[in-house]
Amino acid sequence: MTGKKVISESRRRQTQKRGWLQRYAAMPHVVWAVLFIIAPLIFVAYYAFTDADGAFTLANVSSFFTEKYLSIFFRSLKLALIATAICLLLGYPIAYFISRSKPKTQKILILLLMLPMWMNFLIRTYAIMVLIQDTGIINSFLGNFGIGPIHILGTESAVVIGMVYDYLPFMILPIYSVMAKLDNRLIEAAADLGCNGFAVLRKVILPLSLSGVISGVTMVLVPSISTFYISQKLGGVDTLMIGDVIEQQYAASNYNMTASLSLVLMVILLVGLAIVNRYSDSESDGGMMP
Amino acid sequence: MKKRLTEKQDLSEITESQNSISDNTVSEEKSKLIELRGVSKSFDGETVLDSIDLYITGKEFITLLGPSGCGKTTTLRIIGGFEFPDVGDVFFDGVRINDIPPHKRQVNTVFQKYALFPHLNVYDNIAFGLRIAKISENEIKERVSEMLALVNLRGFEKRNVNLLSGGQQQRVAIARALINKPKVLLLDEPLGALDLKLRKDMQVELKNIQTKTGITFIYVTHDQEEALSMSDTVVVMANGKIQQIGSPTDIYNEPVNAFVADFIGESNIIDGVMLADYKVKFAGHVFECLDKGFEKNEQIDVVVRPEDVDVVAVDKGMLTGTVSSVTFKGVHYEIIVDINGFKWMIQTTDYVAPEAKIGLFIEPDAIHIMKKSEYSDMFGDYSSFSEELEHLSDITEDVEE
Repeated sequence: MTGKKVISESRRRQTQKRGWLQRYAAMPHVVWAVLFIIAPLIFVAYYAFTDADGAFTLANVSSFFTEKYLSIFFRSLKLALIATAICLLLGYPIAYFISRSKPKTQKILILLLMLPMWMNFLIRTYAIMVLIQDTGIINSFLGNFGIGPIHILGTESAVVIGMVYDYLPFMILPIYSVMAKLDNRLIEAAADLGCNGFAVLRKVILPLSLSGVISGVTMVLVPSISTFYISQKLGGVDTLMIGDVIEQQYAASNYNMTASLSLVLMVILLVGLAIVNRYSDSESDGGMMP
Repeated sequence: MKKRLTEKQDLSEITESQNSISDNTVSEEKSKLIELRGVSKSFDGETVLDSIDLYITGKEFITLLGPSGCGKTTTLRIIGGFEFPDVGDVFFDGVRINDIPPHKRQVNTVFQKYALFPHLNVYDNIAFGLRIAKISENEIKERVSEMLALVNLRGFEKRNVNLLSGGQQQRVAIARALINKPKVLLLDEPLGALDLKLRKDMQVELKNIQTKTGITFIYVTHDQEEALSMSDTVVVMANGKIQQIGSPTDIYNEPVNAFVADFIGESNIIDGVMLADYKVKFAGHVFECLDKGFEKNEQIDVVVRPEDVDVVAVDKGMLTGTVSSVTFKGVHYEIIVDINGFKWMIQTTDYVAPEAKIGLFIEPDAIHIMKKSEYSDMFGDYSSFSEELEHLSDITEDVEE
């Protein structure tokens, strides 16, 4: 009892000793967060549970769970999962490769990886469009060999390609950052204890880079589900995603519906993330997600 | 001190000759468990190992000893399979293993700073090698508890390895390597990260484990005291070359050159001339000694250990000098004596006042003669000796290769 008191006493004194700079350093962000995150969220919640006249209603929220919106949501989920899986399959070996190369090479490879991200993603999406359309560069190249044209633009594949292209770095970076910190001696120790190359990967590298994988999956899956621009530009009428629907509702000034769809989507994502984090919290060091 | 050691040495010579008799019955090739022949290795154009020849017999505790950058860790890594020699061959049980990867060698390693798997608990760390070898869980359970008993960690099965103390992690690392029943255990500065007291305890424990298991230990260290107290054989290395191979007493009493004499223990290394067999002149005085076989008037290096010099009255001394500093060390005083401008270190149990004039008496068996070598003039006297510097140079050893 007294021990606890002493601790809290010293802690209190420590807080008192903090300079004004330390105390107010977070203020700009707090103002920002209140203005642009907390306040809008309150508005979203308000609009989600009210009708056009401002009266309380659950109709908007429950309409998410109708056939029309659920089928779109599940399509979004399906495409996002496919894109995430492809990102993981492509990204994990690349991250491993980068993390095992010389420090100088690592810097160059990471720079090359970041380079496309310096461009606006709308421009990148347009670039993909130019590449894959029926008269695009890929098809005209294949045409030289009498192949094609392969019709990709307007299909679900195009949307997945776009998402993989845009979000791949978000998969590679967190996995790389965990792997780069992996002590090479652990790999040598595993080999010393009888592991061949594949066993080293399975028994040591994979379990120790799991936190990076979880961060990467989160950082690709979440924006993929709610994407709307990629599917509009690269997809067709039948690849409408939940993000597109939300955007359409907003464009039609149907703010209550916009807010309720957003809110439900957000809650679903948060619950999903909470479950993932619960199973990974012991390994959370080095990941990029809190 | 010296006399006692010589007696011991005589004994060891007898047992050695017995060993060699029994060795002769077995073919010589077979007694060599590991052999390195003309092994060289360089990194980025810098030679780390320069034509190393070395063989290691079964059940031996052998230590590779040398300052940082001498190539001892590289030698160990070549035996472990983590580096491959540029030139030369490595043999294991008579079979060339140059290109065999680590996971196919009958060798296990205790890594510097342990390298325990952070995602596994103590039990799973130790069981790692057996699981890879697809041993049944029942047998694994039995052997892990055997190992935990051997390293005094009973009841630690479920502990998180990241929360263990340095000494405990060390034991887990040893158990994890030994459970695979390797023919050879490689230890890369395993005690470097422990504090002094724990290090001493672990030295004794490691030696016990080696005797109990009968496994050959190849031990890398820069700590000469550790090397002398634990090893059957010490290999002193410097600049990528082996300087001397021998028992701890050989290495201490009969260093082959100035480097070994300076690196192992404290020594006064003085320029001298061999006048004839058993007659050497240094510091302006002619001494009797036990060494012979040098050419007449050959320039040589003389080693006199600080504990082998007797302090006597000026008129009874072979040499006379002025005490320039006195340090109390507990067991003895360490005094620096100026003899004709050359500073000697002498350990004496009798107090001597600073600035006093004293005589020094050196018996024939306290003098060791060495051929001149490339290291001859690199080690001066004790004029710039400072404990602090000595200590600092020890710490920098941590960053090995």
